[in-house]
Amino acid sequence: MTASKEQFLNNPLGQKTTLDEVLEDFDFLDDWEERYAYIIDLGKQLPAFPDDERLEKNFVHGCQSQVWLIHHYDDESGKLFLLIDSDAMIVRGLAAIILVALNNKTPRELLATDIDELFERLDLFRHISPTRGNGLRAMVGKIRDIAAAEAA
Amino acid sequence: MSDLSTANTTASPVLDVEAIRRDFPILSQEINGKPLVYLDNGASAQKPEMVLDAMDRYYREMHSNVHRGAHTLGDRATTAFEGARETVRSFLNAQSTREIIWTRGTTEAINVVANGLAPRLKEGDEILVSHMEHHANIVPWQMVAERTGAKVIPIQVTPEGELDLESFTSLLNERTRILAITHVSNVLGTINPVRSVIEQAKKLGVLTLVDGAQAVPHFRPDVQELGCDFYAFSSHKLFGPTGIGVLYGRAELLEEMPPYQGGGEMIERVSFERTTWNILPYKFEAGTPPIAEAVGLAAAIDYVEGLGRPAMEAAESALLQRANELVETVPGMEIIGTARQKVPVMSFKIAGLHASDIGTLLDQQGIAIRTGNHCAMPLMDFYGVTGTARASFAVYNTLEEVEKLFQGLQKIQRLLT
Repeated sequence: MTASKEQFLNNPLGQKTTLDEVLEDFDFLDDWEERYAYIIDLGKQLPAFPDDERLEKNFVHGCQSQVWLIHHYDDESGKLFLLIDSDAMIVRGLAAIILVALNNKTPRELLATDIDELFERLDLFRHISPTRGNGLRAMVGKIRDIAAAEAA
Repeated sequence: MSDLSTANTTASPVLDVEAIRRDFPILSQEINGKPLVYLDNGASAQKPEMVLDAMDRYYREMHSNVHRGAHTLGDRATTAFEGARETVRSFLNAQSTREIIWTRGTTEAINVVANGLAPRLKEGDEILVSHMEHHANIVPWQMVAERTGAKVIPIQVTPEGELDLESFTSLLNERTRILAITHVSNVLGTINPVRSVIEQAKKLGVLTLVDGAQAVPHFRPDVQELGCDFYAFSSHKLFGPTGIGVLYGRAELLEEMPPYQGGGEMIERVSFERTTWNILPYKFEAGTPPIAEAVGLAAAIDYVEGLGRPAMEAAESALLQRANELVETVPGMEIIGTARQKVPVMSFKIAGLHASDIGTLLDQQGIAIRTGNHCAMPLMDFYGVTGTARASFAVYNTLEEVEKLFQGLQKIQRLLT
């Protein structure tokens, strides 16, 4: 089964779960254990990813783990909806944070979002190895490419 | 351990690990607020003060280019550089320093050989490698096979991670030209019975190369006893600097092989009509060589040999044994590679956990391991995994650090499940 429109529109990340909420929660996390437990929990909100979309064209290169990304442009609202999947829990969590920031936005809004600033604010890069940081950037890069193509 | 050319069977003296740790300045730091537990030695080992000092002293007191200056510093540098070559010759028990070529590492060494043997290969010839090779001992052969029409054929590995000797015997035939095999698997830690497979291969006139990158940090190979035609290793896994490695080759074959790169140092005479090659080993050393690195590597070899190999091997076996004992304390943990003869390398997976998550969460606890495919994708495919977590121990690791690894894994399991 390919992803239905509903699966995209029902993704809670960036809709029910908002960036403000995540930022607020993050302020209460003290140590690495809490921080990672929270990130992993957030990853559990990623909607199921259709098996038949695990294709080379949807693969995000540059990540240590396997990451897939698909999108749906909603003509009605003019917004871009994203689904991401990974086999690693921390990557799923980081993908969820990316979606909280970038999902359910018009391509122009998406392109105007400064994701680096968000990562800095969440103090994510300090705790994430450059290898994993590259994976994060690869995901964001692919999303921005999609937005740029839709905005064109 | 079998197949160890210098294995000593007498009772081993006990190493003072705390004293050894003090020789490695980097080990005394904290990572993420926790004392560093460095268990990624298979990727690259740390450097003892002796290596750092040797390189520092080289640059402060004797640096110049080698083999050319008509001055004192040039002589000093050349003496240090060629002295390092002699140290490596003695380390490998090669017959002559003509057989010791400096390369950038194991990878380049294998490329030099693959390229150099290409003229001998033709359509239908076979190159045997094993299923447990690092990409560095697969891809150069695939590239040369592409050029010559030869085929690269993998020797099977058993589920335990040993070389399947039946597979080897059945694949070895009159079309086999080259056997390129790792001494020790970087993923599994398996010590392969290279001496006996080389012996069989030689009966059919097959040329043999041994990838010793993962072997030399743990035991000393004797190239004459192994009977191999080529042996390659990297300095940085042997507590030496990055950027330099060694190719041992039998002089007769090196003489026959074409140079790998052209440039200065590797020529005897250049004219636009005809250029002739320098003698061995310089024929394979185009350009200014890594002089300080050679000096550093020699210091690393002196350091390791100074520790005493039997004591080192005993200490390392104890680390692996402790690790094996603790596996049952982590539910769902499975070791990949349970060969009878192993160096202290432990690849593992834990049911329900991704290797990269394990790596990240160990790092938070100051523990450094490697995760991923370990540049051995065919072996990952064989085990049906996309990657593993790998803890690889060195002589400076303690039993307490092994225990910390397992405590770390237990903590991760609590956090993630």
